[in-house]
Amino acid sequence: MLDEPPTATPLEEARRQVRICNACRYCEGYCAVFPSMFSRRSFADADLSQLAQLCHNCRGCHYACQYTEPHEFALNLPAALADLRAEDQIRLAWPSGLAGVFQRSGVAMAAAMAAGTAILFLAVAALPGDGPGFYSHLSHAAMVAIFTPAFLFPLAALWVALRRYWREVGGGRTTLSHWRDASLAAATLRNLSGGAAKGCNFEKGDRYSQARRHAHSAAMWGFLLCFASTASGTILHYLFDWPAPYPFLSPPKLLGVPGGILLTAGAAALAVLKLKSDSKLGSESAWGGEMAFTLLLCFTGLSGLALYAATGTVLVAPLLAAHLGLVLTLFLTLPWSKMAHGFFRFAALLRDAQRKSP
Amino acid sequence: MDIASKNPDLIVAGAGNAALCAAIEAAEAGMDVLMLEAAPKPYRGGNSRHTRNFRCMHDAPISTLSGAYGEKEYLADLLRVTNGETDEELARIAIRGSEKALPWMEAHGVVFQNSLSGTLSLERTNAFFLGGGKALVNAYHNTAEDLGVTVAYGAEVRRVHLDGDRFTGVTARVGGAELDIPARGAVLASGGFQADIDWLASAWGEAARNFLIRGTPYNRGVVLRDMLDKGARSVGDPTQCHAVAIDGRAPKFDGGIVTRLDCVPFSIVVNRHGERFHDEGEDVWPKHYAIWGRLVAAQPDQVAYAIIDAKAADDFMPTVHPPETADTIGGLARKMGLPPEAVEKTVAEYNAACRPGTFDGGDLDGLSTAGVDPPKTNWARPITDPPFAGYALRPGVTFTYLGLKVGPDARVRSNSRPYANIWAAGEIMAGSILGQGYLAGFGMTIGTVFGRIAGREAARVLSSRRNGGTHA
Ligand SMILES: Cc1cc2nc3c(=O)[nH]c(=O)nc-3n(C[C@H](O)[C@H](O)[C@H](O)COP(=O)(O)OP(=O)(O)OC[C@H]3O[C@@H](n4cnc5c(N)ncnc54)[C@H](O)[C@@H]3O)c2cc1C
Ligand code: SF4
Ligand code: SF4
Repeated sequence: MLDEPPTATPLEEARRQVRICNACRYCEGYCAVFPSMFSRRSFADADLSQLAQLCHNCRGCHYACQYTEPHEFALNLPAALADLRAEDQIRLAWPSGLAGVFQRSGVAMAAAMAAGTAILFLAVAALPGDGPGFYSHLSHAAMVAIFTPAFLFPLAALWVALRRYWREVGGGRTTLSHWRDASLAAATLRNLSGGAAKGCNFEKGDRYSQARRHAHSAAMWGFLLCFASTASGTILHYLFDWPAPYPFLSPPKLLGVPGGILLTAGAAALAVLKLKSDSKLGSESAWGGEMAFTLLLCFTGLSGLALYAATGTVLVAPLLAAHLGLVLTLFLTLPWSKMAHGFFRFAALLRDAQRKSP
Repeated sequence: MDIASKNPDLIVAGAGNAALCAAIEAAEAGMDVLMLEAAPKPYRGGNSRHTRNFRCMHDAPISTLSGAYGEKEYLADLLRVTNGETDEELARIAIRGSEKALPWMEAHGVVFQNSLSGTLSLERTNAFFLGGGKALVNAYHNTAEDLGVTVAYGAEVRRVHLDGDRFTGVTARVGGAELDIPARGAVLASGGFQADIDWLASAWGEAARNFLIRGTPYNRGVVLRDMLDKGARSVGDPTQCHAVAIDGRAPKFDGGIVTRLDCVPFSIVVNRHGERFHDEGEDVWPKHYAIWGRLVAAQPDQVAYAIIDAKAADDFMPTVHPPETADTIGGLARKMGLPPEAVEKTVAEYNAACRPGTFDGGDLDGLSTAGVDPPKTNWARPITDPPFAGYALRPGVTFTYLGLKVGPDARVRSNSRPYANIWAAGEIMAGSILGQGYLAGFGMTIGTVFGRIAGREAARVLSSRRNGGTHA
């Protein structure tokens, strides 16, 4: 029963491996997955889903495991949880068919990028504005008309998925301290720290390294800064009647430029690390989709920086179209791409905070 | 890699904890070290891969360890489990060395974590490796690699070459071919002989063929036997091994920690004939599990069956294999291939002997039977609530006691005197200190402390001889 052929479903395979871990417990100090696991004796489907979303794929437990292949127990917990994680994010997504496409397929993701960019090129060609700066290429009204639904619809879809998740894993009413704990874990990527090991085992095999944690932090904070930059622009536009273009010493630029640099460098580093790492310790079927998403992040940041650098030149129009096209793609695919993992992960951290202090 | 023409200063046989500690110390002292590991790379590190902690003396809180655990208490614990079967001088070296070992281990890549859930009793005395022994082995291998140590995998040392009391090299089997590899000295750290089932059977009796081996299949005692044949002095009872009761469905080798079964105190245990044979409630399990290895080994076919009811289902650590379950005792017996009437009778007699009282799974609760033989002296609750569950138990061998006699400098001795340039560390010499019984975490302590001594001593002796050579 422990040496089933690998035809098991991700759920069955995770259950088989988790049962072994729960009898072993050697990896307790690596991450939040193990204390959560060891608080139970048997695992309902939703318990396994929660473990899968909690796992940050640091791989510490794999290199430390005395039961990896060729041992007949064939432990590969990071891969088992990654497969289940990907499957659950597809299953829970709404509508789920789209997630199946974008999570798994790099080609689909690339096609989405091309389509998003093409739409914007057409828009720039068809809907030039008469405002200053960007708005001379695409009117403010057109931008709002395109991006408001492109922003709100995916968020609504994501909300549906997260509600499904929360209900499945038995999440209850949260308190401020749950949010504080989860936010701290997310902000510091506590679960990529390897516990006392100070790093994870991603690109250098069984040697610990902080590279992935740092790269992921850069990408995550870079993205959030870029988002804050856009939000600040919106606020300035509507509340302070201060439309773009903004000078360097303005909130949108002060947030956006470092954000863009962090996002570009972080995502590029993540892509390089992914290439160096052993794909068998992740979800192999999701590799392409994940890689395409990482590159999308990188190109989004890069095109934004290029756009800023090109201010006042003839390159503004094509760069604006490219950048907005990539941003559009990022948002439109959000509930069904690798991007969704951040939201599921946060929900899992919140649920775990709740488990620790109900 | 052409290991035959490498001409290292030092050959280290094995690549577990003791071997790695020796190799690192010797390499840091400037030795050119070649490690020969019988196992292929994924299985490197022998039984050390399966460990989780080491026992560490400390006079004040250190790393993850709280409070204090002094030399006196440590030694008293050792004397208690070994019944005095220990070489006190070597024991004190291991105990004292453990305190300095901890920071050394951290400096060489080992990371510690707080004591694992379910192991509170070891919180003060034992430092736990983050990720367990395989993470420790990996860390040491990385350190050794950075120090320029060469490791050959799938390289089994078959024979040790001696010229009088002087080591001159080994014959190793590498990829099917036998190679002679000369070297100026050797550290033997190739573990015990428990994976050689024939040897085990000749020492213990044919029953040993049904034993499961908890650790690596590569510790076959080849180096140990060769050295003993060549006149090395032995230590430890050649007929004994440390065996505990484990899950009967565990793999023959390498099942490791997950095959442990902690349910015995909350169960009744019957043999093939459906009869009880020992007081299941004699003591708390950590103090008792080794006794059950022997008890089960003495039963027909070396197998026994622990039976619990629904009340006890959550009273012990989760198991790797789910139990057999049934709604009746007879049904459970049939599922496990036991005679149903006999098991029903045994359970009925036991149930009738249970008396009212308060159950406390965490401590000796004195809840005992009256009028049944053998009695159950603690945790005796009637087995009445379905579903009933059963686990097969078999003896699982942890290690063997026979080893090479060493001095305080870890040097191996022949019957007349120490060899000039052979040292030993770890399980292959542990019988000097652990003559009987076992103290949790002490195997890794012996390996670490004597591995380090062996490596340092080898470097000292071999480099002074090399310097002497240049001057002559
Ligand atoms: C399941 C289990 C759990 C344990 N848990 C603990 C614990 O938590 N704490 C503790 O202190 N102890 C524990 N022990 C005991 C501990 O494993 C040993 O005391 C310790 O690992 C011995 O270290 P060593 O380096 O001497 O031997 P090993 O680690 O077994 O290394 C021996 C090495 O020699 C190699 N080898 C064997 N023969 C040859 C040959 N002819 N040529 C070349 N190489 C050869 C083997 O492949 C292996 O690499 C446990 C044992 C088991 C089985
Ligand atoms: S991954 Fe391996 S070593 Fe870690 S807890 Fe699971 S079974 Fe044990
Ligand atoms: S891969 Fe890392 S985060 Fe995931 S379970 Fe293993 S140790 Fe935890």
